[in-house]
Amino acid sequence: MRISRRILAGLATASLAVTATSCGGGGTSGSFDDTVTVGILHSLSGTMAISESTLVDTEKMAIEEINAAGGVKVGGKSYKIEYIVEDGASDWPTFAEKSKKLIDQDGVPVVFGGWTSASRKAMLPVYESKDAFLYYPIQYEAQECSNNIFYTGATPNQQSEPATDFMYKRSPAAGGDFFLVGSDYVFPRTSNTITKAQVKQLGGKVVGEDYLPLGNTEVAPIISKIKKALPEGGIIINTLNGDQNVAFFKQIQDAGITPSSGYYVMNYSIAEEEISTIGPEFLEGHYGAWNYMMSIDTPASKKFAASFKKRWGADRVVADPQESAYNMVYLWKQAVEDAGTFDDNAVREALVGQKFDAPQGPVEVMPNHHLSQTVRIGEINAEGGFTILEETGVVLPQAWNQKHPSSKGFACDWTDPSKGEKYKL
Amino acid sequence: MELLLDSLFNGVAIGSVLLVAALGLAIVFGLMGVINLAHGELMMLGAYTTYVTQLIFKLPILKPFYNSYIIVSIFLAFIVSGVVGILLEKTIIRKLYGSPLETLLATWGVSLILQQFVRSVPLAYGTGLVISLLIGLFLPTIFPSKIKESINFKYFKFSSWIFAALTGVLTGSVISSSVSKLSRASARNVDVTAPSWMRGQVEIIGTAFPKTRLMIIVITIISVIAITLFLNQSAWGMRIRAVTQNRQMSDCLGISTEKVDIITFGIGSGLAGVAGVAVSLLGSVGPNVGGNYIVGCFMVVVLGGVGNLLGTVLASFGIGIMTDLIGAGRLLSIWPDMPLPLSNTINFFATTSMARVMIFALIVIFLQFKPTGLFPQKGRMVEN
Repeated sequence: MRISRRILAGLATASLAVTATSCGGGGTSGSFDDTVTVGILHSLSGTMAISESTLVDTEKMAIEEINAAGGVKVGGKSYKIEYIVEDGASDWPTFAEKSKKLIDQDGVPVVFGGWTSASRKAMLPVYESKDAFLYYPIQYEAQECSNNIFYTGATPNQQSEPATDFMYKRSPAAGGDFFLVGSDYVFPRTSNTITKAQVKQLGGKVVGEDYLPLGNTEVAPIISKIKKALPEGGIIINTLNGDQNVAFFKQIQDAGITPSSGYYVMNYSIAEEEISTIGPEFLEGHYGAWNYMMSIDTPASKKFAASFKKRWGADRVVADPQESAYNMVYLWKQAVEDAGTFDDNAVREALVGQKFDAPQGPVEVMPNHHLSQTVRIGEINAEGGFTILEETGVVLPQAWNQKHPSSKGFACDWTDPSKGEKYKL
Repeated sequence: MELLLDSLFNGVAIGSVLLVAALGLAIVFGLMGVINLAHGELMMLGAYTTYVTQLIFKLPILKPFYNSYIIVSIFLAFIVSGVVGILLEKTIIRKLYGSPLETLLATWGVSLILQQFVRSVPLAYGTGLVISLLIGLFLPTIFPSKIKESINFKYFKFSSWIFAALTGVLTGSVISSSVSKLSRASARNVDVTAPSWMRGQVEIIGTAFPKTRLMIIVITIISVIAITLFLNQSAWGMRIRAVTQNRQMSDCLGISTEKVDIITFGIGSGLAGVAGVAVSLLGSVGPNVGGNYIVGCFMVVVLGGVGNLLGTVLASFGIGIMTDLIGAGRLLSIWPDMPLPLSNTINFFATTSMARVMIFALIVIFLQFKPTGLFPQKGRMVEN
């Protein structure tokens, strides 16, 4: 009995040692004074794994780059960044659970994580109750502003609003009617509410709107609606998710809804990665709006794409969500160095106002914990990339959308204690 | 007229996808009473077969025949899904006849295994595995009984499995070395592109119809006719019907019920593979593609009346036409000046999400009045 217990204890220690080494980001090197461990929390299994694993790859690359350049320098000491990768498993409660584990058990100062709004909404109460800090890299519907989350993706006024403006005023279908198609969940519905308000302001007309339940690929009723509502062609705003795009574009092409017959689709969820899955032959001539596109012709953008390909394989592509993920790791590093500590509250204060020369161009952290970004409109070309048509100047983020009826006239400012999450302008 | 034609075509198009997907299930669930939750995954295997065939037809030797790959893949998909179905029957389902709950759990487990299989095994070796299964299962049966009797059959069976395994590994490596896309495992969804003659539209009586939809309707019609002829005209079809109606009596009269079960399940699974080819033309091909259809399949079979092919046909076209009428808001264009409260209600349900809710509600109401579906089975077996 005693022996078996001893063996058990030995086994437990051994397995702990194994997990400790397998979780860490490699052994410590001699040139650092100390290490700091951060958390990475994305889905590595389940339906979201395909998308979210690209973020894990990018975040690892950013951490390796920072380590190669000497690590994080805090208070005269250099820290090597190590990471613990946790799997959210495309299951929202798991995201909350793993967040608790990373904060309480591993004691990480920061977590980089999430993709879907549902996962963020599940994690939010955890970070707020423990006063920890989550960095979230995806373009989303906004209408949220937490003191414990830092959002590096675009808000609707940094993506859909300039895109709608472009479609109505300067696209080949300018002045045409709008039809809105989306998957049935929070992002498309919120985004379309904003688009409808904007189209009304511009003097245009939304002639139809339909949502496909997640997982459903039968788009025939939507196609007949589009044909009825837009008999002579027009503008289609598409916020479908994932695979549903494949069904949609295959079938609208067969039904003759193509750019050559006057139908132009503006997409908010199709980046380079998705173009290669759907096939450029179905998407050529349609549009996309992002902050970062792989075809941006600047040294910073080319370097980002080249180092990603070098690290993960020549056939890999980089897209907007990855760029956001890359930026947030660097912004965290800068904020920590400025604050001179890993302490959450000090880092949070130092974060606002941080500037970074990102692959998309300069970005700056605003008092509402979002980033100022450049918006680009691109036409999808036969090579599977974007031909950039327009580029705005730097657009400031609106955490509370000014066109959405429920948030008009509100803003968020965490630098001023009297203002906070939501105050009247 | 044009509106009616368009509406009818759309309804038939949606219905034929449901029908081709449910046809195999109508046989497996309807005739054998097996609740096969892996039916969707057998469809998925058919869809992946289409993808693999497409890539193989891009090789230089087969390039001139590229345009016909979709026809070839229909037959291949039938064989691949059929073989996997037969294996499933021989190893798992056979032990579970008469216990529907256990079958349900076991086949659900199989569906998860198949999904994970295509995620983590390179498609080239998956193809190799299917080929070795095919050879291993059928090689012993095609030899004349004289040869079988002359050697000890046990050793003969064993050596044919060895031969099968070797061939499988060989074809797997040949495919993996010649088509690089198939040599790595990937959870990413893949895409089947229809050959150029199947893309675009064709004009019939002034209305344009998408060719892929027409192709799916044709595949469905041919499958339905073939299966009806098989069940009603062939000797094995008669045996299947006999076993369905009274298993013990058929057994007494010398029908090998074991063989009938294998053939029925194989055909049902093979039809799922054909359905996979059809759905690969509409959307992307991924591990979850079958799961999207499974509920619809059961709905159609239950609504049509378990064990009745005609019921399944009518139920799928009925649901298809209803989906189009409600989801596309067609009632409004057919009857433009209906009273306001009615038109508001119809507008409320005229989105894809709400149309689904409406259709399920209608089905539930219908089943309250006719719990056994459109065409309930009659006979002594049912009463037992």
